[in-house]
Amino acid sequence: MIGADPQTGTGGAPGGGAAAFAGLWIGAALVGLFVAAALLSFVWTPYDVTRIDVAAKLQGPSAAHWFGTDHFGRDLFSMIMVGARTSLAVALVAVGIGMGVGVPLGLTAAALRGGWLDELIMRANDLVFAFPALLIAVMITAVFGPSAFNAILAIGIFNIPVFARLTRGAALGYWQLDFIRAAQVCGKGRARISVEHVLPNLFNILIVQGTIQFSLGILAEAGLSYVGLGAQPPLPSWGRMLAESQTMFSFAPHLALFPGLSILLAVLGLNLLGDGLRDRLDPRRGLAP
Amino acid sequence: MLRFALFRALSLGLSLVAASLVVFFALEIVPGDPAAAMLGVNAQEDTLAALRAELGLDRGPVARYFDWAGGLLRGDFGISYTYRTPVAQMIADRLWVSLPLALYALALTLLIAFPAGLAAAARRGKGTDLTIMGVTQLGIAVPNFWFAMLLVLAFSITLRWFSAGGFPGWEAGVGPAMKALTLPAIALALPQASILTRVLRSALIETLGQDYIRTARARGLTRRQVLWRHALRNALIPVLTIIGLQFSFLLAGAIIIENVFYLPGLGRLIFQSIGQRDIIVVESVVMLLVFAVILVTFLVDLAYAAVDPRLRRPR
Amino acid sequence: MSGAETGLHVEGLSVSIGRAPILRDVGFSVAPGEVRGIIGESGSGKTMSAYAVMGLLPRAARMEGRVTLGGQDIGGMSERDMCALRGQQIGMIFQEPMTALNPVMTIGAQVAETVRIHGAGSRRAAMARAAEVLERVGLPPDEVPLSRYPHELSGGQRQRVVIASAIALRPALLIADEPTTALDVTTQAQILALLARLVREDGMGLMLISHDLAVVAGMADAVTIMKEGRVVDSGPTEALFRARRHPYTQALFAASTHVPDPVPQPPEPPPLLQLRNVERSYVQRSGLFGRPTQIRAVRGVSFDLAAGESLGLVGESGCGKSTLGRAILGLDPVDGGEIRLAGAPVHAGPTMPPEQRRRMQVVFQDPFGSFNPRHRVRRILSEPYHALDDPPGPQARATAISDALSDVGLDAADADRFIHEFSGGQRQRIAIARALIIRPELILLDEPVSALDVSVRAQVLDLLADLRRRYGLSYLFISHDLNVVRAVTDRVMVMRKGEIVEAGPTGQVLDAPQHDYTRALIAASPRLDAPLREGSRG
Repeated sequence: MIGADPQTGTGGAPGGGAAAFAGLWIGAALVGLFVAAALLSFVWTPYDVTRIDVAAKLQGPSAAHWFGTDHFGRDLFSMIMVGARTSLAVALVAVGIGMGVGVPLGLTAAALRGGWLDELIMRANDLVFAFPALLIAVMITAVFGPSAFNAILAIGIFNIPVFARLTRGAALGYWQLDFIRAAQVCGKGRARISVEHVLPNLFNILIVQGTIQFSLGILAEAGLSYVGLGAQPPLPSWGRMLAESQTMFSFAPHLALFPGLSILLAVLGLNLLGDGLRDRLDPRRGLAP
Repeated sequence: MLRFALFRALSLGLSLVAASLVVFFALEIVPGDPAAAMLGVNAQEDTLAALRAELGLDRGPVARYFDWAGGLLRGDFGISYTYRTPVAQMIADRLWVSLPLALYALALTLLIAFPAGLAAAARRGKGTDLTIMGVTQLGIAVPNFWFAMLLVLAFSITLRWFSAGGFPGWEAGVGPAMKALTLPAIALALPQASILTRVLRSALIETLGQDYIRTARARGLTRRQVLWRHALRNALIPVLTIIGLQFSFLLAGAIIIENVFYLPGLGRLIFQSIGQRDIIVVESVVMLLVFAVILVTFLVDLAYAAVDPRLRRPR
Repeated sequence: MSGAETGLHVEGLSVSIGRAPILRDVGFSVAPGEVRGIIGESGSGKTMSAYAVMGLLPRAARMEGRVTLGGQDIGGMSERDMCALRGQQIGMIFQEPMTALNPVMTIGAQVAETVRIHGAGSRRAAMARAAEVLERVGLPPDEVPLSRYPHELSGGQRQRVVIASAIALRPALLIADEPTTALDVTTQAQILALLARLVREDGMGLMLISHDLAVVAGMADAVTIMKEGRVVDSGPTEALFRARRHPYTQALFAASTHVPDPVPQPPEPPPLLQLRNVERSYVQRSGLFGRPTQIRAVRGVSFDLAAGESLGLVGESGCGKSTLGRAILGLDPVDGGEIRLAGAPVHAGPTMPPEQRRRMQVVFQDPFGSFNPRHRVRRILSEPYHALDDPPGPQARATAISDALSDVGLDAADADRFIHEFSGGQRQRIAIARALIIRPELILLDEPVSALDVSVRAQVLDLLADLRRRYGLSYLFISHDLNVVRAVTDRVMVMRKGEIVEAGPTGQVLDAPQHDYTRALIAASPRLDAPLREGSRG
């Protein structure tokens, strides 16, 4: 029997393998650039981002200032490099919180399927899911005041049910398979089977989802900082740069253009990378161990 | 079907109670003394005591919760500390901006995503599909508030087709009010429409690979006919989930976008209240938005059952 | 189109996808009122031949050759003309009735769609026609209303709906691709009888595709045998079955009727596995919110399995044989009665003592789901050591693994490969090696050869008999296939609705069944010698 069905061919990325392959590498390159800029900013930026130079304020892009300067005369390119660091840190830690809490919860729920703990975990997930990250951030800020840490926490909490549901759903599929039964016949318990047999098979989808949540985290951080619930001055952040540019962008559009493009490219890169990895790691296309 | 609806309604009620407990706990219990949180560190002791008495904070947390929750049920959200007006009235005024904006954006999202998703799935691998997939890839990556700023730059500042912000109010007529909401709605809708297009496309493609599509083709249906008659309805099941989620993103997104366009909606209210430490207002708006999200989840559950007979009670 | 030719003619049909040839110079014909069996193992191209006739080849496929139906050349027809033809002049039914129907459309609408799509009447007329056709295939609307959805029907009923939608417009040709492979034997017999009746009544040609010689034997007037994309043998059924000219035909027959050499049994063996009044029930909810109902899946089952014995357990799907198997393995608790292995009770869960666990291992049906895809064979084979108190050291382990691999006919070097590198038959050998590695006394074999092609099946059955002889193993062999059970078991039990209705020596039970259900099962099982017994078909 030929596996491909006769009416539809195979799904996946348009244009088949070549486009997906190109997407993967473009994505990897963009993400690499983004990470490199963030890391480099620790040791070197073209200008000091805290140095105010009113004489050089609101300049357009030039050889001296590649992306121009803001209303305090700070170098936009340097600020974007440091802003990459903020975005990276917030999104990375938020994904870490989501995975670190959500994956064990999902594994537990799947291992105890139908039990009261499964029910409790899933209902708690539904409850958290009813609170968009923005509302979580609003509540935290209302109590503790604004900070970048709030943004991390809010996005992180929002990520927990995402990973818990994904993990549970995928793990349930594996619990149906006979190799789990064979392990049980050998006397292995549910916890051991979850770690030894289920979790390693979830790596692929977790990597893919992690990439997607990472990109959503960058968008969310930018949004929160834009409305003042995230990173606070003097910490440069792409979202806050956009907020500050708002009163000036009719006469200095570069102030809004470059931070926005940075977000766009970082998110685009992560999405392309995620889609590319999904196509690469899709178990239906032959499981590459 | 009725039994299913009742069951879901019960679960809706429980979710609301749980959510209200979370909000109450986060905003009234965690801060310790909400009065101190509202007034800040420099507050006088007698002012604090007066505020505590005014807010009913001198009683136990259980009694306070029932007071608050009972008030919510009656539509009594309390009195804003900053403005000394009923919170319910403040919210109602603002809701008439935020809710129409979110619904407008949802309508645009559906109007864009369904034709685009169907076209991409029908012409998979061809130019149409590649173009749609490329555009949506960009659409997902664009931050909506930045896209909103670009729209203002293009259509308000350069072309002068729309005003750059503000809201004339519904008293000025439906036309001008909708016009004021158009750019914000587009900015909100584009990223969500991109997501939905991709979800619909992949759900359709997944469905087109099912055995029953082959059966339908063997009956003599053309590719187009199987897409419309068989694939679309089955693909709606995952698509509905996303639409439900999107509504909550649109509500949250509306709150951010209002800042770009200086719209007097819930977003402006919530950020002002945070700045003024008006926790009662924050609490009420959060609760209202959470209620909206839970309600939409409930409606999506009902829609599932309408689409998928397997979820209805077997006879 | 009244040409000289009637029926379906396929000549010189070649299909390739990319550079890979799928079909090479295939030819056969189906006359009106004739049943043409197409037989082959997986990869033989039998299904692709059907898709070529239907014009439903994958888009990437290239096709050459001539396909005519009633004198009309349909091989080179446009997609639009093929759409008009499909459902109208050719109907097709498929292997998997559980997924062949749209889950969100009523069965009436799906049958009526065939009528509507070809413009043969209004919506109301189409529904009336659907009701007639469903009645004709044995689903009278007063028992199974048109407003039912597929999930409310059994597998056999769904296959009848698919058949109804294929024959609603009385096509000249019906293609049935493994129409009964997913069904129980008694349901299979009913569906085959239905197809035979429809062919007779409508004078329709039937192209019956199957991997199972016996299914085709009782139905087909003529048979075409395919292998690796080519026709290797063809002719009237009886002549072909008698002559067995081609070596591959001979090999297929030999594999289908293969019986491994008998395994001598020790005199008066002690009982190894004892079941006494075992009960197992579970609560089923119909949907999320339906009333929970108690299902008694296993009802008061008692039996003894002697050391060194091979005991068969047969029954149709849902009879409780798998539930019973899970209870014996200690995966599920029993609700009543007792299971003892070598005198000690079997408990569910991790509380069972290791010396009890090591006595028993399992081999499952699915050669794909039985192994963790991320583990190498070495790790897969080491897993049962978990059941031991004193697992062997690395050196002894390596020796044991290479011994186990060579025991099942694989190479020691295979230990370092991943499971996806093996064929279905090889995977079942690995599953057997895993079961063997800690030298258990009892192996529970749950449909171990059902997913395998006949030639591979024969080899695996030989291997099982050989290992039993060598290591004095006991088997509990769960299967739905009476032929396989006859070949490899000493005694057999027949299970129905949670109860053992008949038990005894295999030959005796299968040749002189006492219980009505056993008789029905045996009568429904397709027989390879059908064309030879009946003489010529009428």
